[in-house]
Amino acid sequence: MAGQGEEKLLNLTLHVWRQKNRGAAGGFVTYKDEARGISTDMSFLEMLDVVNERLIKSGREPIAFDHDCREGICGQCGVVVDGSPHGPRRATTTCQLHMRSFDDGAELTIEPWRAGAFPVIKDLMVDRSAFDRIIAAGGFVSVRTGNAPEANGLPVPKQDADLAMDAAACIGCGACVAACPNASAMLFVSAKAQHLNLLPQGAPEKDQRSLAMIDQADAEGFGTCTNHGECEAVCPKEISMGFIARLNRDYARAAVKKPRAGAPAGGAG
Amino acid sequence: MSAVAPSPAAERRPVPPRNRVQRFLTSSIGLKLIMALTGVALSLFVLGHMLGNLQAFQGAEALNDYAKLLRKEPALLWAVRAGLLTMVGLHIYAFLALAKKNAAARPQAYRKRVWRESSYASRSMKITGPLLLAFIIFHILHLTTGTVHPSFDAHDVYHNVVTGLGGLVGLIYVLAMAMLALHLWHGVWSMLLTLGLPEGRYGSTGRAGATIFTALVTIGFAVVPLLVMAGVIGPEDAAPPPAATSDAALAPPRPAEPEPATAAPKAAEPAAPAEAK
Repeated sequence: MAGQGEEKLLNLTLHVWRQKNRGAAGGFVTYKDEARGISTDMSFLEMLDVVNERLIKSGREPIAFDHDCREGICGQCGVVVDGSPHGPRRATTTCQLHMRSFDDGAELTIEPWRAGAFPVIKDLMVDRSAFDRIIAAGGFVSVRTGNAPEANGLPVPKQDADLAMDAAACIGCGACVAACPNASAMLFVSAKAQHLNLLPQGAPEKDQRSLAMIDQADAEGFGTCTNHGECEAVCPKEISMGFIARLNRDYARAAVKKPRAGAPAGGAG
Repeated sequence: MSAVAPSPAAERRPVPPRNRVQRFLTSSIGLKLIMALTGVALSLFVLGHMLGNLQAFQGAEALNDYAKLLRKEPALLWAVRAGLLTMVGLHIYAFLALAKKNAAARPQAYRKRVWRESSYASRSMKITGPLLLAFIIFHILHLTTGTVHPSFDAHDVYHNVVTGLGGLVGLIYVLAMAMLALHLWHGVWSMLLTLGLPEGRYGSTGRAGATIFTALVTIGFAVVPLLVMAGVIGPEDAAPPPAATSDAALAPPRPAEPEPATAAPKAAEPAAPAEAK
């Protein structure tokens, strides 16, 4: 720090949700001394790291939170900062949110994603395996692909390729569920269905996939989409609500068709 | 698709619906489609209703003839009424079923919440809906059956309108139209998305369509009670107030109404303060 000139430091007050385990009742704990002298160059997670070091040094339990790559691509991190999943910045994961976004003396409420389908494991960590089960229900293409085929062998219109790529940007962080007033997973489900439904490789199983993924999301206890648009606003990958409309369309088409006899497609390969 | 590894949440395995009807009546998107399709029918109805109402500007004869035309075929009238009732019933059923799922989806609420994209209209749908239902019941008792109308005449719709929509009751109608505006502005857009119009934050077709439709319908509705309250649309049998210029002039004077004795004195009450202005 010496010679760096003046570095701006923040003194914060944090209200953090602490919960011992899945069954325990949680509550907010306020940290003030532990959140002093926070550099504006730190990411939000690094700020939590500093708070945790101080908690550990004083013999207390550190705050549990999910994180992995810390470069905004893995979808592991995510907490609700002051009422907004991933914090106040657009198109930003919690790990890419920097403390320069906050003012000195700020009072921040930090909560886990709140949804019945995302039970809290500990503190700010939630169990997002419901997403895995939705993918397992239909978010795949059931063919043995072997080696990568010749790229020009299967022409895909540029528009479709772009749309599918936009949908495939979903990192499955769950911020859409956290932001939705109904705790609906539709932005996630629609992105994961549409990046396959839009492409020739995924199109043959479109009907089955659309029905199976929605059925699974319903069974997990997610809410239903009422087109508020909060999901789109907080999505770190800026997935468009338009994919929800596309999945609605695919689902409606599949639902009016006569269900095909026999077992649906099996697992992936 | 099978092959889901056994997990602690294995009981969350979906029970596939037995048939297509059950799928529409229970699954989340099925219910949303019911909501949207009944929404289309009800939106078209309010548009038609609004256009019919505008005949109040053409005077008593035009409006009363239109009312007579609607009641010409009782069988058709009751079929339409039954259809509308079914639409409203399904709309409410879908709402209740979806609201139940949504209420259960977040057992623990946030301490702090910031809204970034949703509108007041979208968040108040579950309030404007029941309020509109209450208004519809009042409206039917007021201008269809006449139960709560001070001087109801089943054969003179124009009289019922000009005597019924003044003062406080007119204000209820205007407020109900503000409610309808909120409900339609989000509802029509949401309906288009549910029916598959692929647009998100950056799309504008559906939003623009919903805005234009909402403005058209609610202004078209509200203008009638507003002008009755202002005395522009008034009783024709009584001496027409000088304020009623072009609209009243369009309609031919009607000297021989079936019940001039009953209509005139009662009509004068709500119209009087407006005339004084």
